[in-house]
Amino acid sequence: MIKAIVVFNNHGKPRLIKFFQHYNEDMQQQIVRETFHLVSKRDENVCNFLEGGRWASGKNSDPENLIGGSDYKIIYRHYATLYFVFCVDSSESELGILDLIQVFVETLDKAFENVCELDLIFHVDKVHYILQELVMGGMVLETNMTEIVTRIEEQSKLEKSEAGLAGAPARVVSAAKNLDLPKLPSNIQLPNLPSFR
Amino acid sequence: MPTVAKGDAMRGLAVFISDIRNCKSKEAEQKRINKELANIRSKFKGDKTLDGYSKKKYVCKLLFIFLLGHDIDFGHMEAVNLLSSNKYTEKQIGYLFISVLVNTESELIRLIIQAIKNDLFTRNPVHICLALQCIANIGSKEMAEALAPEIPKLIVSGETLDAVKQSACLCLLRLFRTSPETVPSGEWTQRVGHLLNDQHLGVVTSATSLIHTLAQKTPEDFRQCVQLAISRLSRIVTSSYTDLQDYTYYFVPAPWLSVKLLRLLQVYPPPEDPAMRGRLNECLETILNKAQEPPKSKKVQHSNAKNAVLFEAINLIIHHDTEPTLLVRACNQLGQFLQHRETNLRYLALESMCLLASSEFSHEAVKKHMDTVITALKTERDVSVRQRAVDLLYGMCDKSNAEEIVAEMLSYLETADYSIREEMVLKVAILAEKYPVDYTWYVDTILNLIRIAGDYVSDEVWYRVIQIVINRDDVQGYAAKVVFEALQAPACHENMVKVGGYILGEFGNLIAGDQRSSPMVQFQLLHSKYHLCSAPTRGLLLSTYIKFINLFPEIKGQLQDVLRNNNNLQNADAELQQRAIEYLQLSTVASQDVLATVLEEMPPFPERESSILAKLKKKKPNVSDIEVKEGKKSSNPPTLNNSAANTPEATPASAPVPVMAAAPAPAPVQSASDDLLGLSAGPAAAVPVTNNFAAPAAPAGGGGLLVDVFDTPPAQNNVSTALAPQAEDNFFNMAGETAPSGDASATELDGRFAIKNNGVLFENELLQIGVKAEYKGNLGRLGLFYGNKTSYPFQFFTPTVSCPGELASALNVQTKPLDVNTVEGGAQVQQIINVECIADFLDAPILSIKFSYSGSMQQINLMLPVMLNKFFEPVEMDATTFFNRWKQLNSPGQEEQKIFKATYPINQDNSRTKLLGFGFGLLDGVDPNPDNFVGAGIIKAQSSQVGCLLRLEPNMQAQMYRLTLRTSSNSVTTRLADLLLKLF
Repeated sequence: MIKAIVVFNNHGKPRLIKFFQHYNEDMQQQIVRETFHLVSKRDENVCNFLEGGRWASGKNSDPENLIGGSDYKIIYRHYATLYFVFCVDSSESELGILDLIQVFVETLDKAFENVCELDLIFHVDKVHYILQELVMGGMVLETNMTEIVTRIEEQSKLEKSEAGLAGAPARVVSAAKNLDLPKLPSNIQLPNLPSFR
Repeated sequence: MPTVAKGDAMRGLAVFISDIRNCKSKEAEQKRINKELANIRSKFKGDKTLDGYSKKKYVCKLLFIFLLGHDIDFGHMEAVNLLSSNKYTEKQIGYLFISVLVNTESELIRLIIQAIKNDLFTRNPVHICLALQCIANIGSKEMAEALAPEIPKLIVSGETLDAVKQSACLCLLRLFRTSPETVPSGEWTQRVGHLLNDQHLGVVTSATSLIHTLAQKTPEDFRQCVQLAISRLSRIVTSSYTDLQDYTYYFVPAPWLSVKLLRLLQVYPPPEDPAMRGRLNECLETILNKAQEPPKSKKVQHSNAKNAVLFEAINLIIHHDTEPTLLVRACNQLGQFLQHRETNLRYLALESMCLLASSEFSHEAVKKHMDTVITALKTERDVSVRQRAVDLLYGMCDKSNAEEIVAEMLSYLETADYSIREEMVLKVAILAEKYPVDYTWYVDTILNLIRIAGDYVSDEVWYRVIQIVINRDDVQGYAAKVVFEALQAPACHENMVKVGGYILGEFGNLIAGDQRSSPMVQFQLLHSKYHLCSAPTRGLLLSTYIKFINLFPEIKGQLQDVLRNNNNLQNADAELQQRAIEYLQLSTVASQDVLATVLEEMPPFPERESSILAKLKKKKPNVSDIEVKEGKKSSNPPTLNNSAANTPEATPASAPVPVMAAAPAPAPVQSASDDLLGLSAGPAAAVPVTNNFAAPAAPAGGGGLLVDVFDTPPAQNNVSTALAPQAEDNFFNMAGETAPSGDASATELDGRFAIKNNGVLFENELLQIGVKAEYKGNLGRLGLFYGNKTSYPFQFFTPTVSCPGELASALNVQTKPLDVNTVEGGAQVQQIINVECIADFLDAPILSIKFSYSGSMQQINLMLPVMLNKFFEPVEMDATTFFNRWKQLNSPGQEEQKIFKATYPINQDNSRTKLLGFGFGLLDGVDPNPDNFVGAGIIKAQSSQVGCLLRLEPNMQAQMYRLTLRTSSNSVTTRLADLLLKLF
């Protein structure tokens, strides 16, 4: 299971924080800080895995409180100015997660056209929605990029149609639109899937 | 066209973020944020009719502020209101806010749950998906209780869209993790299994995740999935990358799904059906073959995906541990990866190989890679990888390569990362003890360890070297010599002073003949370190001095001067003060004879699990796997010795001894501050230190010395507390007897081994026999570990197993002969015995061992702990079924009833553990009286299967039991009753 997904830049500024296990705000901040501290001092061509047990107990903080414990691993990837860090337990395949990070980034890239750090800053919500199509409750939901992108597109279409209406005098339209709404969802066509042999 | 048009982003949000980014100082940033928060707050409060766009904008701002590390303490209610909006965008933003900012304890959770419920019951798939996502993200207990029953319907309904099914599977999985009891099992479980055949690979992936977790809890419910998973896997691995289209990732067909399926298969043993097994092995071979094919792409993603599948396949091969060819192929493949350019692969290869090292089929193959691994340890730039290399070296170490591996680890230790030093120290110490070349080497190694990494040498490590030196008289002189030399180093670690002080105090006399290490020199050397040491070490040195007074009367004066020194007599540390006063008094008052008795050399420590191993296990729970395989001498399960020492109601057999043993000689544990040497009660009380108790008695009574460093799981303790001690004693008595004394010894066996599979079967001064057994159906496998406790070899070592009388036809026993007939001093050999139960039986097979020890033949006969109940499998049934079956078994002879007096104190928990250990499935709630036990099980013999029902009624007042057994076979009834009788 994936315990947490954190994205921060080369200076440790968080750009996305998603925990699948509840921690209070202070703890979340602390985890981000410590993870950055550990990950940022590693060379470029070392391996992409760090063991939870060691990095947590090496610190003076209680390993139990952090996403620590020897069962946990940090799996991360560094792209230009951003670090994508996944904290997972032993039930996940390391290379599989590494690929998942790649899928995440490629999907972001498709959605934002040459994604860069600024996109993540100005579109926090979108990034969350994309992530939600990939990972749910700490488990891999979908890995087929075409499918993910299609779902995101469906969402934007829906959003646009709603926004377009909202642009007109707000109250009147929203009343009118409420009448329409029950039909709206039926517009969503999930992609036809390749048949499986 | 970019999917997310940047044009329609929220301008206000962009302005705000730019403002923040332009802030020159933390204060300015804080100011800007506060301003914004106030703005949003007033907007939320004032205008009830904010449009969707504004709500969205404000929530995004809050999210951003939260990301910067600020608490958000409002807006929750607004977010909850958004959930009931009919607009997708508003609902979406509401859910986003909640899943990021609402915690599981929030009091809003009820409102949220209601909103989610509404969305779940709409027929609108996007809304259902949003709701499912929210449940999965928060996954609180309350949510599980309120919503878990709804989810399975979504999963199995034919109308549900694939995307919803996918989300529903993961959602249910999350709730199951939070609180398994809320997820009802039922007819849907069957149908979830069939999702493995679904057309949509996304659905299959989610379903596999769900099934994997559910199957870990109740494997039986999902057994049919094994076949489905294998055929799915086989279709994937044999497909070409064009077949699966979008689920092909960089030319690898459906890598995630393959990984998940392989993980699922690791929940189960290898399939028994030969066709299925063949098909699975074909898959695994195909995956291994593909690794050898030239890559279809140079991209790292291609190799990552391919290898993710490969590593998982290797894990499955290791898990099954039955196909030698596959295991060796896996090992060779990993060997290639060890030298791969890609660091990740080297890391993973080391990790997987560590698992391979513990399989008997591939242990040798792994050893071939030792040099590569050592190079990795020296040259890898990445501490993660080096750590793995250390683990692997530890895993592959055995007698043949121990010297080299330990030397390499020691030399690496000098430059090792601080983060892994302590663990390395423990590992080196364990290996050195487990596979000693000889004991001088062992002592050298540990002293080196202290010299190189003294700070990381925990107390357990130096306790252990002292235990070993004291127990082996052949190494004592050498140890004294080397510690003396080590202490001469100008700067030596405090741990070295401790070891040195202790050993010289015991065995300084062995080197006192040499002028260079005369008593006076020894004393001055130690005392030169005295003032630099911490109080506990000084205390230890004071004990050394009093021991010197006994060993070297000629320097008594100087020693007394030290004790008399005001620094000690009036020390602020009460412990030191007490020692100084008492020792001084002892040395003046007591006669030479009394002194000699009190300060006698330490008696040998009882053999038991190495405390270092216990510590490492605590640190890394998974190491125990490695230990079991080798079954080396320290692997005797801790329960025996521990419980013997911890049991307050010591058995009558050992009663005469412990009183004396409990007044400890100066044990290395420095915490015995309350009563040193028992001196506070006057010198006379301190007399019995060694001679009085013979070695065999030590394990029973020698408690309190070092026992506190062990950690016994309480559940095991419950059982063995009552049973272990006298069993141990009786086994000693059997040493050297020519024939088993029949019933007496068999009785002891039953008592302890009827309910457990592992333990020490026999121990005397020469030999220790440990047993570890596994049973499945009518088959069983016993591993016997013969440990030579002496330093001389046992020659012509031949164990044989025989089945006397009618046992021969009821039990089929196959013994693998040992491949050596000499057991070296301190070594251990392992023998595997396979048993098959043909029909029910009463007597146990007999193991007789003959060997020659320093010229004289020894013979030992023992009962093997193979009883009828080992082939017993628990059965679960409800009350009605139970009573129906009970009534059916009413013909004479099928029932056996015994009323008997309790041998052990009646205790619900203990009885429960015993019955479970015996093999019964306990049926709670069947008997109206909660004190009574009702159980059911099946004896799986090859010729027949016999169902057994049990009722056990304890009577507290009378300390009696009534035991009623009903089975379909008369002889089984009697035999089980006999076995059970001895347990209570």
